[in-house]
Amino acid sequence: MTSTACFMIVSRNDIPIYEAEVGTAPKKEEAAHQHQFILHAALDVVQDLAWTTSAMFLKSVDRFNDLVVSVYVTAVSHTRLMLLHDSRNDDGIKSFFQEVHELYIKILLNPLYLPGSRVTSSHFDTKVRGLARRYL
Amino acid sequence: MAPAVPRSGDAIFANVERVNAELFTLTYGAIVRQLLTDLEEVEEVNKQLDQMGYNIGIRLIDEFLAKSNVTRCVDFRETAEVIAKVGFKMFLGVTASVTNWDTAGTCCSLILEDNPLVDFVELPDTCQGLYYCNILSGVVRGALEMVSMKTEVTWVRDMLRGDDAFELQVKLLKQVPEEYPYKDDE
Repeated sequence: MTSTACFMIVSRNDIPIYEAEVGTAPKKEEAAHQHQFILHAALDVVQDLAWTTSAMFLKSVDRFNDLVVSVYVTAVSHTRLMLLHDSRNDDGIKSFFQEVHELYIKILLNPLYLPGSRVTSSHFDTKVRGLARRYL
Repeated sequence: MAPAVPRSGDAIFANVERVNAELFTLTYGAIVRQLLTDLEEVEEVNKQLDQMGYNIGIRLIDEFLAKSNVTRCVDFRETAEVIAKVGFKMFLGVTASVTNWDTAGTCCSLILEDNPLVDFVELPDTCQGLYYCNILSGVVRGALEMVSMKTEVTWVRDMLRGDDAFELQVKLLKQVPEEYPYKDDE
C-alpha cells in the first residue's frame, strides 16, 4: 500500500525552512503544491491550538479529504514541525517528531547556521528520510 | 636516550581549571560567526583567526612552561611530541599523534582524531573556503615562535571538508638563536 506523507518545518515567522516528501506514493508535481497549500492553511489552526495546551505534539489538527495534519510545536523558538499524512500511526508519528526535533536542535547549535534560514544540510535530509522510513 | 619530559598531559589536565565543553564550543562558534559577519570574506576570516591564535600562542607558551615541567627539547621531533601529547591535552583535552616526518626531521603532521571545537559544526555552502579551526594553527605557530622556532603551520586535512581527521602540518623554517637584548659589559 502506498502512503502519502509530506514533512515541513516552519519557522516562527511562518517561513518554511525545510520540506520533504517522505511518502511512498509516486511523486506528482501538483500533489506537492497541494500539500504545501494544506499545511499552509493549517497554520492558523495550529496557532490557536498551540496556546490551549502545554503538549508539544498536537495530533490531527486539521484534515483535508483523507489527509491529516499533525504538528509538533517546539517550546522556545515556536518552530513548527508539520506532517501531512494519511496513515493513523500516532505513536510512530510522535516518535518521528521527537527524533526530528533532536536533529533540528543539532542544526540550531551549529554556529554557522542562522536561525530562521533554510536548512540545507544534506546530512539532516538523509537522517529525516531515514526516520520517516522507520516510523511512518 | 630517554627524554625526561612527561609523556602525557593527563596529570596536568586533571589539575587545570576547566570549562564546560559546550560553552567552549559555542563561544568559539560565536567568535567565528561574528568574524564572518564583520569581515565578509572567508579568506580574511582565516587570516584573522590565525592572527588571534598567534596572539594566544605567544602568551600560552608561558603558562605551558610554568605548569607542565617540561625541560628543553633536544630536537624538533621531541618538540612535536610534547605539543601533541602534553600541549594539546593540557589546553584542549585531546591528544594528537605525530606522523609523516620528512627525512630531515623538520616537517611533520599533527593528527587530531577528535576536536572539541567542531562539535555541531557543519560548513554551509557559503563558507566552503573556511578553515574553521585556523585558530589552532596560529596558537602552535605563536607558541613555537616564543621558544625560538620559526614555523609554518598549515591544515592538510579537515573533517569539516569531508576528510577523516584533522591534520596540521608543522614545518620548521629556522631556529632563531637566542639574542640578549643587553650587552654584558654595560
